[in-house]
Amino acid sequence: MARVVVDVMLKPEILDPQGKAVHGALPRLGFTGVTEVRQGKRFELEVEGDLTEERLAEVRQMAETLLSNPVIEDFTVTPA
Amino acid sequence: MRIGVVTFPGSLDDVDAARAVRLAGGEAVALWHGDHDLRGVDAVVLPGGFSYGDYLRCGAISRFSPVMTEVVAAAESGMPVLGICNGFQILCESHLLPGALIRNDHRKFVCVDQRLRIENASTAWTSSYEQGEEVTIVLKNGEGSFVADTETLDRLEGEGRVVARYLGEDPNGSLRAIAGISNARGNVVGLMPHPEHAVEDLCGPGTDGLGFFTSVLQGVFV
Repeated sequence: MARVVVDVMLKPEILDPQGKAVHGALPRLGFTGVTEVRQGKRFELEVEGDLTEERLAEVRQMAETLLSNPVIEDFTVTPA
Repeated sequence: MRIGVVTFPGSLDDVDAARAVRLAGGEAVALWHGDHDLRGVDAVVLPGGFSYGDYLRCGAISRFSPVMTEVVAAAESGMPVLGICNGFQILCESHLLPGALIRNDHRKFVCVDQRLRIENASTAWTSSYEQGEEVTIVLKNGEGSFVADTETLDRLEGEGRVVARYLGEDPNGSLRAIAGISNARGNVVGLMPHPEHAVEDLCGPGTDGLGFFTSVLQGVFV
């Protein structure tokens, strides 16, 4: 078994209202000095067998097809 | 004319959409998300709601349901398809329409009687309206902010594919106040407001929404 992490983030030019809400809440809790918050998603995939180049390519395909929407999001695939 | 209304797990407005079809004079046919079957319908409505609980992204799971394989194929060969609210999100996730719908810029759910301008009265779903006609239709969404890159927005505007635009203050942060768009052929339309909630005087803001359903029954569009 191997683990692969897929991180999905909104593209920089896409407004992130959730991140803004979190950013707005921080100073109210006394946390200062944070200039921006962007909220994303993290997927941890347990995959069978060894993490071959083919397997990683397949995970990238999963990320592109389902885990992210390439119109508004970018993703990274990282063996963990 | 038989118009299919798809029910996904989490659909809310399928019953209202079917009622709107009947009030417009069509026969409403219930379609199920899990079937590879459009039951011989002439057009399809993807209704509003929270299909698959909006898990992952709105419309992201529904897009891969068995019925959507059939809807995408039929849409590509010219069948009229109207996606309302969650249906619009599903059409974007399916890549039948460009762009995406993200959370409202003000972060609150919006539920209002919304003024709109019909910007293109020659699609399969808007031919009953006059070009530039102003109508009032219910708008209710949490993730209705239409976004696309500038190039795509310019193309949509240039090709007359902005079907409806919000009037007054932009209710959800949609770029260029876009409320609805179509594909190049004009048979596939996505709309964030809910015309099926504006088809009777008894409830809702009037009957301005009925035109979307009578349009497709006329079956005449450029």
